[in-house]
Amino acid sequence: MKILVTVKRIPDPDEGLKFTGGGLDYSSHKRVPNAFDEYAVETALRLAEVVGGKDRLAEVVVLSICPQGQRQHVTQFLAMGADRGIVVDAEEDSLDTIAVSKAIAAVFKKEGADLLIAGKLSQDLEGNQVAQRVAGLLGVPQACFAANLAWDRAGKSLTVGREVDDGVEVKKIPLPAVVSVDLRIVLPKSVQNGATSPDHAYNEGPRLASLRGITMAKRKKVDVFTLAALGVASGGSEQDVAVAAPPARKAGQMVGSVEELVEKLTKEAKVI
Amino acid sequence: MSKVLVVLETAGNGVRSTSLPGITCGQQIAKATGGELHLLVLGADPAGAAQAVAAAGYGAKAVHVMASPALEPFTAEAWADAIVHAARTLGATHVGGTATSSLRDALPRAAALLDAPLCPEAVAVKSGDTFTRPVSAGRALLDLKVKGTPIFFTARGTEFEAPAAGAAAPVAAMAAPALNNLGVQVLSIQKTESARPALTEARVIVSGGRGMGSGANFAHLEKLTDALGGALGASRAATDAGMVPADLQVGQTGKIVAPELYIAVAISGAIQHLAGMKGSKVIVAINKDAEAPIFQLADYGLVAKWEDTIPRLTQLVSAHRSA
Repeated sequence: MKILVTVKRIPDPDEGLKFTGGGLDYSSHKRVPNAFDEYAVETALRLAEVVGGKDRLAEVVVLSICPQGQRQHVTQFLAMGADRGIVVDAEEDSLDTIAVSKAIAAVFKKEGADLLIAGKLSQDLEGNQVAQRVAGLLGVPQACFAANLAWDRAGKSLTVGREVDDGVEVKKIPLPAVVSVDLRIVLPKSVQNGATSPDHAYNEGPRLASLRGITMAKRKKVDVFTLAALGVASGGSEQDVAVAAPPARKAGQMVGSVEELVEKLTKEAKVI
Repeated sequence: MSKVLVVLETAGNGVRSTSLPGITCGQQIAKATGGELHLLVLGADPAGAAQAVAAAGYGAKAVHVMASPALEPFTAEAWADAIVHAARTLGATHVGGTATSSLRDALPRAAALLDAPLCPEAVAVKSGDTFTRPVSAGRALLDLKVKGTPIFFTARGTEFEAPAAGAAAPVAAMAAPALNNLGVQVLSIQKTESARPALTEARVIVSGGRGMGSGANFAHLEKLTDALGGALGASRAATDAGMVPADLQVGQTGKIVAPELYIAVAISGAIQHLAGMKGSKVIVAINKDAEAPIFQLADYGLVAKWEDTIPRLTQLVSAHRSA
């Protein structure tokens, strides 16, 4: 079993936005891994490892599109426990979504991977479409917005609980396949691989890299591909025409009591 | 001539109310391009729903109906193939619908199959190829121009009004292509059962945060919610702490809502939460911490503990509504 996990670096979402000349200036922003991608790597590691044993059930390969000299986030995920890395050497902001999806699909095929795990969206652009696109390009099943999953190794399938508008849908998909993960995939018992005890409770959230992991990361292999080698053009289907701050809300008012609040809501705002 | 194809989801013999904003977005694109609006109804036996849509018309040139047992329950695999077939058959220049969990799942897959771009979560139509969409948890609005044929879009449900009905439109049957769902099985859908309106459709929402302290304390908010005839929501901090079910979460990674009245109780107001509710018409914040960021956004703020306010507020609201 080979699991490919897509990871992206984004401008730190906790830093304020800088609007300059009709655009956003991220030049001074620290770049950090997208949180959903950390969840995706954690998901892959929980599938691959057997807690309390030495077996590895899968190889976990992290894939990122970024300038090859700026792949600290890839090293970070190798330190977390991924087995090796692949970098597609390109300035990620210069690619459109179509090109990103094609590059990922090309690597998936080249690697002969069985499963792609992606974060459901990146916190900066919130596209929420790459996993779906890659599944379509590969002609394989998809389970998006996964809140939990169980791997049936004998049946070569995954049973995935998906966050949908009116609840949770449980979808069974044969491998190879694409999964995108939502927040709750990192709850203590969200991922079951049939080998780690179902009672094992992980710490919530993505794991931290251990000191040993950090040392090991430097020795792990990272392959570098170019877009051309993958047969993908950078694409020009998307263009940012303008960026603006959303209009500010009208200043509000503080009230001193529940009675005053109800008075305002009934007489002024007229909403109850 | 542009042809704007809007994909609808059905509920029984009608269209799902969550699909309606997508029609409005489609109408605006058709208007901006001087083109036609086409509606697409998919399902195992969607004839009744298609008739209901056709009767309302919505300014559509036609309501296309495609029936196949493979289209129910929903799978992204079968729906994407069906949407691709319809887009090709009609020569659609635009394909989209409301950004529901189903269409967020199926439309990007369909777009990839047609090597076409997609503008996700549009909140406004600037022209036939340029849409405004929020990015970075709603902190910026991006005008995105997309190039390709067809142009795919999803419309954020909270940002488009429901469309006005118009003259009846004709129903046109479209034969379903061979649909291969690639061996996927939908085993169950665990619906959140509630007598209250759905979060994304409620006129009033009462949301609680980590400051509620425990799941049991949410019973106080439920009473207020019911007195207002609204829906109950929560911040991610509250759902992560296991106080209430995850599907009550409002925010960038939960539900995006825009009710007429949003009452945030014991919610500090993290950016991710604000991204999910800042479109609300009137926002009330009740928090004991006067420095909580939620007050920056609130129309009415009350610095107080929920314990000291919610029971009294419930009482006054009940009295007002029964008066």
